[in-house]
Amino acid sequence: MKTAVVTFPGSNCDRDMWVALRDVSGKEPVKVWHGDADLPDGLDFIALPGGFSYGDYLRSGAMAANSPIMRSVVTAAERGVPVLGVCNGFQVLTEAQLLPGALMRNAAQTFICRTVPLVVENATSLFTSAYSKGETIHIPVAHHDGNYFADDATLDRLEGEGRVAFRYAENCNGSRRDIAGVLNAKGNVLGMMPHPERAIEDDHGGSDGRRLFESVIGSLVGA
Amino acid sequence: MKVRIHVSLKPGVLDPQGRAVHHALEGLGYKGVEDVRIGRLVEMDVADDTTDAALDEMCQKLLANMVIENYRIEKVA
Repeated sequence: MKTAVVTFPGSNCDRDMWVALRDVSGKEPVKVWHGDADLPDGLDFIALPGGFSYGDYLRSGAMAANSPIMRSVVTAAERGVPVLGVCNGFQVLTEAQLLPGALMRNAAQTFICRTVPLVVENATSLFTSAYSKGETIHIPVAHHDGNYFADDATLDRLEGEGRVAFRYAENCNGSRRDIAGVLNAKGNVLGMMPHPERAIEDDHGGSDGRRLFESVIGSLVGA
Repeated sequence: MKVRIHVSLKPGVLDPQGRAVHHALEGLGYKGVEDVRIGRLVEMDVADDTTDAALDEMCQKLLANMVIENYRIEKVA
């Protein structure tokens, strides 16, 4: 199995993501730089980490979505390679139009950094199969632009197709319909504002995020 | 050719930033401010033969997020 973490200038959760993938998969992920034109061959999983790529210039994730490596990420995602975007990675995925909607400034205008309860809405996806539907898990958030917006028709479609992976148990940022994480139509791309990679060890604030990596890595091992 | 791209939030999209500024203006004692929406102005200097289609494409690909924003292109001499 071969996993990769993409680093953009301004990413700051790439190491945490790298450690989470290494610990769960038992193999060191490949580190990929935003300016690389191509991804390594034979990747089974790609993670876009949190941070402030390109200083959040223009809009969060907008510049990164147009960086050289993202063309390869889009191609890989369309081929069915699992892609996870966390926080800024989620913003990049929406800006790259791999996921619908947009992440706007938090409703209260403040940066939020705390552990929040999430409800697992879909426990059959590639990324969530190790959870139970309706289960409440605790995962840290740390963002200024996590206010998920999409029009009513898009939200209805996402809900109808089971593409809302996680909802906030208590809406912390103004996201429409409490949405914290969404899947693409094929189910191989997940974007979420909360940081599962920051919750993989009981000694470090909890391990509720670990099962997300176990879900996706487990599916790859079984493949 | 100088071009100004005016990027604004679509009607119906909540603008918490605009609302905070609205409250601040009221706090300063200004009456009669009905609504405040914050947008973005991008000033560009482009080759004279840049087509309208190319400008539209720049807006749609990068300068505006079409999920939440509208844009207006203004050519300034």
